[in-house]
Amino acid sequence: MKLKWWQWTLFYIGIAMIVLYAVFPFYYAIVTSMESGSELFTVDYWPSRINFDNYAQVFDGQPFGRNLLNSAVVSIGVVALSLFIGLTASFALGRIKFRGRGILLLAVLGVSMFPQVAVLSGLFELIRFMGIYNSLPALAFSYMIFTLPFTVWVLTTFMTQMPIELEEAAIVDGASPSVILFKVFMPLLWPALVTTGLLAFIAAWNEFLFALTFTLTNEMRTVPVAIALISGAGQYELPWGVIMAASVIVTVPLVGLVLIFQRRIVSGLTAGAVKG
Amino acid sequence: MTVEKSQLTRRRVRVAWLFLTPMLVTIVAVAGWPLLRTFWLSLTNATLSGNSVTEFIGFANYLEIYDGEFYGVLADPLWWQSVYNTLYFTVVSVGLETVLGILVALALNMKFPGRSIVRAAVLIPWAIPTVVSAKLWGWMLHDQFGMVNDLLMTLHLISEPLAWTADPDLMMTSIIMVDVWKTTPFMALLVLAALQMLPSDCYEAAKIDGIHPVKVFFKVTLPLITPALLVAVVFRALDALRIFDLIYVLTPASEDTMSMSVYARQNLVDFQDVGYGSAASTLLFFVVALCTILYLYISRRSRGGLA
Repeated sequence: MKLKWWQWTLFYIGIAMIVLYAVFPFYYAIVTSMESGSELFTVDYWPSRINFDNYAQVFDGQPFGRNLLNSAVVSIGVVALSLFIGLTASFALGRIKFRGRGILLLAVLGVSMFPQVAVLSGLFELIRFMGIYNSLPALAFSYMIFTLPFTVWVLTTFMTQMPIELEEAAIVDGASPSVILFKVFMPLLWPALVTTGLLAFIAAWNEFLFALTFTLTNEMRTVPVAIALISGAGQYELPWGVIMAASVIVTVPLVGLVLIFQRRIVSGLTAGAVKG
Repeated sequence: MTVEKSQLTRRRVRVAWLFLTPMLVTIVAVAGWPLLRTFWLSLTNATLSGNSVTEFIGFANYLEIYDGEFYGVLADPLWWQSVYNTLYFTVVSVGLETVLGILVALALNMKFPGRSIVRAAVLIPWAIPTVVSAKLWGWMLHDQFGMVNDLLMTLHLISEPLAWTADPDLMMTSIIMVDVWKTTPFMALLVLAALQMLPSDCYEAAKIDGIHPVKVFFKVTLPLITPALLVAVVFRALDALRIFDLIYVLTPASEDTMSMSVYARQNLVDFQDVGYGSAASTLLFFVVALCTILYLYISRRSRGGLA
């Protein structure tokens, strides 16, 4: 489409507004995270000085380092487990024709639509029965409900796209199904694994409801819960500078991942939703 | 030959079930069993403390008549308030996200220098944890020190600060505003993917005929992306129906913005009434299940492939 110069100007103003709207709140959090005391009571649009007091205070007031570690351990564990289970399941669903395959795929999709609250009391009971209440395994276990169906679904769409000749050649060579999956297909599936793993990681890192319900002590909390529960010494006003510093710390890795892997993330999202 | 082939097929089917076992076991453990237990608990008087013996009490948690008065979830005005809040939130926020998402997608579908940077920037709100975005906006919407009030007062759009997260008339608007900010990128990217799969020949035909771009959008583009759009909308709507964290963090313990998920968890955990809370959870499950069936129906018709 040929646009006149003023149309281009309007277009770029529109684009600038979209970018400003998307990025500004995060920028403003960075500005606020450098303010303390009375500086918080005036609105500043750029930082008046570089000041990391709030960042030090985040780690002082609560076991925030431990919370970060909890989040990382749980998210990475959940991703590794869902990728492994998802890989074997998607090989069966994507490469082998058997009765009940369609129903299974629909069931998997159905589970990914579950409202988490619907299983909350049953899961709570099960977690207490297994004796893992207020521990990281409880979180890793419960997070499988949303990471696994999603992983299976996306990996299956990638698995069906693998060339049949490759599999036939391997079968002729006498390769067993597990060799075909892990030695032949897996090297080709790395991009899909990275994409799915990233999306599952972000979902697990951001989870709130289960983390809030299945942990009790500060040491076992993940970062979203820790941030939600930060309250200062003051009775009426929250320590906004500290909260913003904590928010920036939690978000920076995610923004980094998004900027580096944006193409992969977009392809994973569309594979999970549009094709699904 | 045929005997050999069917043997191979049989072996492959066995392998399929073997490979599916870890997934099936996990899904039954984290989803199937807890869901059945939640149904069962909703028919009992179980409490979180577990001091008393749990008894089967039928549908009393849902609805019960006692001395001519109605009791149970279905007789609680707060439950119906939370149903209304959830539905209102879902319709308005998903509606706004769809319109804004299409606009952003159309802009990103143009070829211009710096497009990939813009696309990455648009993804940022999506990647920020919901709890963090609730806190970010909670601070920006602060009634005394927030920058939104400051900006609106500087522009003379309002004469005095508004209590965005405390005023019952404004709270739901604030929640919708934050949700729209956070999830429009998701919508935009899905629409963009659909736009980029469109054939270019019908556009060229429209251009030769000199048809106005706006008309082209409504007559050509929109009908072509409607199947993908519908799937995205239902997907988002299912997500919106179970909203919990944004409301829980931005407007804690407020009855004016309580969603079905917040209501169920409050009864379950804060009031320790497992039976009653499970009943509310079960009702929410059926609302979402109904929408899921609708989604599967739509996606099967628009796709007809994989499943």
